[in-house]
Amino acid sequence: MSTMESSHTVNVAPAELRAVTHRYGSHTALQGLSLQLKPGEVVALLGPNGAGKTTAVKLMLGLLQPTSGTVSIFGGSPSQRATRQRIGAMLQVARVPETLAAGEYLDLFRSYYPHPLPTAEIVQFAGLQGIEKRQFKDLSGGQKQRMLFALALCGDPDLVFLDEPTLGMDIETRHNLWRQVRSLADRGKTVLLTTHYLEEADTLADRILVIARGKVIAQGTPSEIKSRAGGRKIRCVTTLADSELQQIAGVRRVGRTGAGVTLTVENAEDVLRTLLARDAGLHSLEVTSPALEDAFLELTRDPGSPATEAA
Amino acid sequence: MSTAAVAPAATSTLAPFAKETKYEFLRLLRARSFSVATIGFPLSFYLLFGIVVSSAEPGGLDRSKYLLATYSVFGLVGSSLFGLCSTIANERAQGWLELKQASPMPPAAYLLSKLLTAIAFGVIIFGLLLLCGETMGHVHFTAAQILRLLGTVVLGVFPFATMGILLACVVPPNAAIGFVNLIYLPMSFLSGLWIPLEGLPKWLRTLAPVWPTWHLGQLAVHSIGYTMSWSVAGHVAWLTVFSIACLGLALVLFRRSAQKA
Repeated sequence: MSTMESSHTVNVAPAELRAVTHRYGSHTALQGLSLQLKPGEVVALLGPNGAGKTTAVKLMLGLLQPTSGTVSIFGGSPSQRATRQRIGAMLQVARVPETLAAGEYLDLFRSYYPHPLPTAEIVQFAGLQGIEKRQFKDLSGGQKQRMLFALALCGDPDLVFLDEPTLGMDIETRHNLWRQVRSLADRGKTVLLTTHYLEEADTLADRILVIARGKVIAQGTPSEIKSRAGGRKIRCVTTLADSELQQIAGVRRVGRTGAGVTLTVENAEDVLRTLLARDAGLHSLEVTSPALEDAFLELTRDPGSPATEAA
Repeated sequence: MSTAAVAPAATSTLAPFAKETKYEFLRLLRARSFSVATIGFPLSFYLLFGIVVSSAEPGGLDRSKYLLATYSVFGLVGSSLFGLCSTIANERAQGWLELKQASPMPPAAYLLSKLLTAIAFGVIIFGLLLLCGETMGHVHFTAAQILRLLGTVVLGVFPFATMGILLACVVPPNAAIGFVNLIYLPMSFLSGLWIPLEGLPKWLRTLAPVWPTWHLGQLAVHSIGYTMSWSVAGHVAWLTVFSIACLGLALVLFRRSAQKA
């Protein structure tokens, strides 16, 4: 695939949402959401179901109009054809009309763009070799997803939206797609993906935006997001009572699992010194850094629900 | 892009329209559930009522001619309703339409491809009926009659294409084909497309002008020399108003559901 080096990409954000609110009737899907994508970065949009991820993507694709606020794609409106010719999208499609071949779909989508990629290049990049002549109904689940991925690349777009791209893929196909997404970024493309596989966001994204209740509640590199979860966890078996543990400086939360206790702490080293000094019989000690999953649960937890540890 | 800098624009503005139409036609032709039903229904009905039954009756030749015109209408109505209603309803429900809307496809190409495909199937059905009529039914039309009937078939797709678009907004997508049949078959029968209305009770005959198929059927038989109770302008005006109403209502419904989606 040849790289696109348009002069006008230099200073204009591939996508920018400013104070976007979107309501469906009385339901507010997005509330004052602002975000910006920079050229050449892979951004993952993470959030629980109903957080507004899909609404945000649909607004950026011009499929929905914001109730208030502005959406701009390469400085223009996402509904304009000229803007769309710089975009590729892989959306969740339950079924594609089945009696056309994969290669025919590529031919169709290539015709929408002024400077499409050569078919052979798309086929090779998306791993469709040998199945171009096969009708959609005869493709396997992973092959169907790969074809939809290929459709997003037909126009050699500068900005690619991938909505849950690896849904229903086996592990090998998924890892192949990850490699392809990384190589898109290496070619200077901007990629926005939504996913509920945290591992996917962790491996792929330069930056993660966590969305909950229609707002961006956290953003940063995967490691920044993880540290946002409020430090590490200490597991051990101790004779100290919960109330005592709670009073140690740096302990944020105490949870019990059978004989053991799990402490969520800000400064593991200081807390450990105190613990070991107070309980000489302490054993089965384990210190872990939070996984992205913990960070995610921590960040998106409904403020109304109790802060107890789910062990 | 390095290659595009030297290469001329690879695609013209007409390309998406041409490709969209080509592939819409191909995929419906390959989908046997569509092609066999839309072509098979009018063809087998005509063979049965227009040729086999007619040949055994006095004045049968006249009936073979008359029914060739009405079954051509029956055929184009089917290809228009199924070609627009069931395809749009399904593509909307399954997310395919949304992917196309997000792509740089010119929106007009989407509807135009379906319209042209419906016309193509309408013309194919007309051609097959004509072939059967001329060879097996001893029907003979003048070139002028054939051209007028062909014109009626081509233009007649418009009101039923708009009706198809409207139905696509209201029928449940999984049951689109069933719903279309439920409207299409009785409406065609009550408009005299299967057998001439003279054989039906009087109250059904008085009811006929409410069906769009009756108006187009009248225009079709008129184009091969039969007399009608309304004027050509009257039928054309009725069908035009009908088309505009369908399209307008479809637009309102589509906008409303797009806001909710």
